[in-house]
Amino acid sequence: MSGAADREAVFPTRQSLGIMKAKLQGAQTGHDLLKRKSEALTKRFREITRRIDEAKRKMGRVMQIASLSLAEVTYAVGGNIGYQIQESARSARFRIRAKQDNVSGVLLPAFESYLTEGNNDFAMTGLGKGGQQVQRCRETYARAVEALVELASLQTAFVILDEVIKVVNRRVNAIEHVIIPRTENTIKYINSELDELDREEFYRLKKVANKKQRDTAADFAEMKKRKEEREDENQAPEQEAQAGPADILAAEEDEDVIF
Amino acid sequence: MTTSQADFRDRQFLAVIGDEDSVTGLLLAGIGHVTPPPDNQKNFLVVDAKTDNAAIEAAFERFTTERKDIGIVLINQHIADRIRHRIDTYTQAFPTVLEIPSKDHPYDPEKDSVLRRVRRLFGE
Repeated sequence: MSGAADREAVFPTRQSLGIMKAKLQGAQTGHDLLKRKSEALTKRFREITRRIDEAKRKMGRVMQIASLSLAEVTYAVGGNIGYQIQESARSARFRIRAKQDNVSGVLLPAFESYLTEGNNDFAMTGLGKGGQQVQRCRETYARAVEALVELASLQTAFVILDEVIKVVNRRVNAIEHVIIPRTENTIKYINSELDELDREEFYRLKKVANKKQRDTAADFAEMKKRKEEREDENQAPEQEAQAGPADILAAEEDEDVIF
Repeated sequence: MTTSQADFRDRQFLAVIGDEDSVTGLLLAGIGHVTPPPDNQKNFLVVDAKTDNAAIEAAFERFTTERKDIGIVLINQHIADRIRHRIDTYTQAFPTVLEIPSKDHPYDPEKDSVLRRVRRLFGE
């Protein structure tokens, strides 16, 4: 562990060690959760991708059938009706509505098609001849558009999911490769600093203890010396004092204590 | 995630940029809409050989960014090819741009901008 390793700028105290440990725990929980979210989204994403692939191919076929029925109309009406139709379009009969799906906290919009009642811009189309073909063609195209709308919702979901998955993966990687190692480094750093402080403290205590021991020893030696000196001086009085207790026991009458 | 609720709540129309046959057919299905008289905006554009790319781009721009009531933009693939750079750089979720085949030009999944992204993602 070099001191220049990437770590956070904190003071190496027990409190910040606690904070860092909590942070590491949080980062790991978050990492697990995000990873799981990313997996759930990716699963959904793959499913959508597969469905898009299918839907795109189906769309090719549906549009082909629709074109064919339009050709039938052109043939039956006996002329191009495109201009007439473009001019008579007024208000959309076929509309879409967006609703939302929730996939692991991501709102995916889905389109839903519906027909409004009562307005028919093309009442006059094919009035002379080919009315039946026009009617059939309208139905065919309505079905085609429904398929298109479905495909559009899939595609929207695809675009949004793609974006969200990128963001989530970026977060997962950031936590895994930046935040967690850095927090671990910080914890290591704090631990090593605290150990260093402990060793210093221990050494200091040892020194103090040594000093105290030395002092006590010196004191003791001094006291002993003095005691011996005193003993030499007071040899005689001490012997008298030793006789003291015998005197007490042997004392004649004490004075009466009167309260 | 910037698509708010209100952003697509009132998107209820489809728009078409296509050749005459595709537009005719889709209008027959009933997606054609013309806004009330003051501005008279149509939600469809007929493109033929004479239409220049600037007009297509302008229509694409109008359908995708200016108008707030369009949810899906349908565009013929051969026309999308003419403004391919615009389609490929378009990454918004709303409105959705959908490339559709036309009568004269069969559908080629290799050109579709979304399908190409799918392919790229799965490394095929």
